[in-house]
Amino acid sequence: MEELSGPPFASAREEGDSPLLPKADIEKLLSVALERGGEFAEIFIQRSKSASIPLEEQKIRSAAMRISMGVGVRVICGEKTGYAYSDNLGMESLTEAARVAAHIAHSTSVERPVRVNARLAPDYYAVEVNPEEVSAKDKSRILTQANDAAFAYDPRIKEVDVYYADATDETIIANSEGLWVADKETILRMMVRCLAVEGAISRSGSYGGGGRIGIEYFNKVSPEEIAREAARMAVVQLKAVPAPAGTMPVVIHNAWGGVLFHEAVGHGLEADFIRKAQSVYAGRIGQKVASELCTIVDDATIPNARGSYNIDDEGTPGERKVLIEKGVLKGYMTDKLNARLMNLPLSGNGRRESYHDVPIPRMSCFFMEAGESSPEEIIRSVDRGVYAKNFSGGQVDIASGNFVFTITEGYMIEGGKLGAPIRGASLVGNGPDVLTKITMVGSDLKLDPGIGSCGKGGQSVPTTVGMPTVKVSEMTVGGTATE
Amino acid sequence: MDYLDFAQETVSSAMRAGAHEAEVFMQTGSEFSVDIRMGDIETLTQASYKGLGLRVFVGNRVAFASTTDFHPDVVEEMASDTVELAQVASEDAANGLPAVGPGPLPHIDLVDPNIQHLPAEDKIDMARDAERAAFDFDTRITNSHGAGFGSHTSARIIANSNGILYSNATTECGISCTPIAEQGPEKQVGSYWTAKRFLKDLESPMFVGEEAALRAVRKLGARKVQTQKVPVIFDWNVGSMLWGSVFSALEGEAVHRGMSFLKDMIGKKIASDLVTLTDDPLRPWGLGSMPFDGEGVLTKRKTVVDKGVLNLYFYDARTARKYGQEPTGNARRSYGSIPSVGPANFYLEPSAISVDNLVGEVSEGFYVMDTMGRGINIVTGDFSVGASGMWISGGEFAFPVQEVTIAGNMLDMLHNIDAVANDIKFISSVVTPTFRISEMTVSGR
Repeated sequence: MEELSGPPFASAREEGDSPLLPKADIEKLLSVALERGGEFAEIFIQRSKSASIPLEEQKIRSAAMRISMGVGVRVICGEKTGYAYSDNLGMESLTEAARVAAHIAHSTSVERPVRVNARLAPDYYAVEVNPEEVSAKDKSRILTQANDAAFAYDPRIKEVDVYYADATDETIIANSEGLWVADKETILRMMVRCLAVEGAISRSGSYGGGGRIGIEYFNKVSPEEIAREAARMAVVQLKAVPAPAGTMPVVIHNAWGGVLFHEAVGHGLEADFIRKAQSVYAGRIGQKVASELCTIVDDATIPNARGSYNIDDEGTPGERKVLIEKGVLKGYMTDKLNARLMNLPLSGNGRRESYHDVPIPRMSCFFMEAGESSPEEIIRSVDRGVYAKNFSGGQVDIASGNFVFTITEGYMIEGGKLGAPIRGASLVGNGPDVLTKITMVGSDLKLDPGIGSCGKGGQSVPTTVGMPTVKVSEMTVGGTATE
Repeated sequence: MDYLDFAQETVSSAMRAGAHEAEVFMQTGSEFSVDIRMGDIETLTQASYKGLGLRVFVGNRVAFASTTDFHPDVVEEMASDTVELAQVASEDAANGLPAVGPGPLPHIDLVDPNIQHLPAEDKIDMARDAERAAFDFDTRITNSHGAGFGSHTSARIIANSNGILYSNATTECGISCTPIAEQGPEKQVGSYWTAKRFLKDLESPMFVGEEAALRAVRKLGARKVQTQKVPVIFDWNVGSMLWGSVFSALEGEAVHRGMSFLKDMIGKKIASDLVTLTDDPLRPWGLGSMPFDGEGVLTKRKTVVDKGVLNLYFYDARTARKYGQEPTGNARRSYGSIPSVGPANFYLEPSAISVDNLVGEVSEGFYVMDTMGRGINIVTGDFSVGASGMWISGGEFAFPVQEVTIAGNMLDMLHNIDAVANDIKFISSVVTPTFRISEMTVSGR
């Protein structure tokens, strides 16, 4: 039934069994995990293969490959979670792990047989050229192309580092509700860092690109293009003046600028923080929490985006959800535990870094929808302020809503025109407050180039941010230049 | 399986497959962690892990592979694949194992046998006691991100084709607490933790809970201040971020490639007289202590900055060979990574002065208790981070501050350190006492 209205399904992953761990063994382990009366048990099997190649000082420094394999067993009883993992796939170790996870529950021993049935995962992205089938030698040519383009960009480029990495993750997720689902995901990225030198001044620039895609990525975005962008940022910084200090209007460039919303509102809409009343957005569904120019979406189904996935790490298909519509809060991002405890629908946001970790609510591709202003008109509207173009990341304090993000490329705006480039600086704000200060939204929605990761509770997962150019009427800019 | 034998056997496999030099770095361990929230167990995790990293040198080329699957067939195949993979790398005469054979390992006391025997119930109680202490501390503590206890037992082994075969074991344990204080619509979080190699050295759960609660409650009513230049005091809890960045700027590779604001500074003054920085891998019970580094070089204590004067940069075997230096014993790694330079126990030497003195001498200034973001540029030394803490007026805490940034250039900041306190706590591999910088830009309203 549900398959009819859902996204397209891959026939390649229809087989209901895997050499990693036979279904019968999985069923046995789930029964053991429920032995002490747990309400829910889950087996997460993961095999990852990754490859990386660094280039420094015109040389391929080394090549590396990594294999990791393991099983995580989770048991839930009320609000309690028991978790154990093992990198030994023998039934003896896995049974021990299931017993350890089961320990959290306290009922008397009961025999509860579990049967699982294969369900198909959706397939949101096609990989044309599997990185596993491309030789390290061929991959190293991509790095060399980037390196050469960076040096060719400007004679002041004196140092170039290029880093390439890809990974293929095979997972099987089965649980006591009868779910058995398998998935295979490929992800890759390339990063370029350049140093520009002029006299005694040295400045760096970094840029990258990637996604859940195969090597064909580099036919869409060339290694040279990525390298030139890193080189351009380093060269621009040579002329940078100290950033201003104080409160002023800030125009935030599209794509990476979405880190603003990731920090200012995204984390605060994750259901664990909501259930525990830790987030400033708890209990505010249906209320106006942002300017009506703001429509904010989390979407795991964007083809080939780094933050997308077929299924989350609990086996729930990825979805598109409108979380804030014209300023009104519509919903939260859930995992199984919090959805059940809060009586909310599953949104496919239960993610984990690896079999070592318990899944928790996380963003996928989190972005703001386009508005109607042209980027030029937004800049023209500012008499004195800052134009923030590229960013290195951010952080939020969930309880207070205070957040920070750091610009690596920015410019002064004077009399509605872009002025001198400014040196790197952090911007601080308060989430709920900043959302009411979004006074213009551009028509130029764009996602980031696909190299971002987000950390929460010690777990790092790939994510995507995005937005059109926006104007925040007032933010604190953390430079050193006081008037 | 005897892991020492297995490590040596894997080195031999790689040599048989055609490597000229080979090295295995292995880690095994087990972890326990429990998160308590509102008095109940939220998550309890218990597991053990293992992993092996293999580095091979073929001529002047290098390749690396790692696996968590120790099946002999898998590892043997990996050894020959890795040798083949080396052909992708460029030739570099700096590549190779450290040019040292086996030596006597210094003994450092890093294992607490009691950790293994401590019942899970006792561990759970410590976390529960910490959270309860936070709630009991102040009625405005109304919610909690939770409290936790974690312990970790691990061992590492290094074997290489120069005949080195070392291993050492360590234990770690810690208690953390993160309560939330509320006043009207305002919520503020406070966090505190203790971490040690030995259980007996941990601060008590009660102290952890109360200190965390104090840090949350103190922030209630926090506001922005005017943009201005004032003295800034970094609490010991947050000041280590500056020293972590200074360490990165002292990595030989970054320095020689012109990517550090501390390049060309050996023998020169990089900080005020009050700054003496030590890296001590041999510190008993130290969380960053290790008798040998990630590529089998025996470690030693180093005075890195002596009364403001820079003595040395940090090198691993490759960068030392490349720049005509000696390895400093700072190669850091996990089984899944090739070695890179990192700190052991890197810290600012404390003074005999109390924090109260540092605060008392400030007429108007900012005491930083939390920072946010990583606006730190090692190339330029530019420093700009979000901050919260206490405003100082007339030598006393006046009111809490939030939603501001502090900014400056790290070289200026180092020179402007005009007071160092006595309150160092070794809870991590990079630590510091509280210190004061005579002037930074605080950006707010």
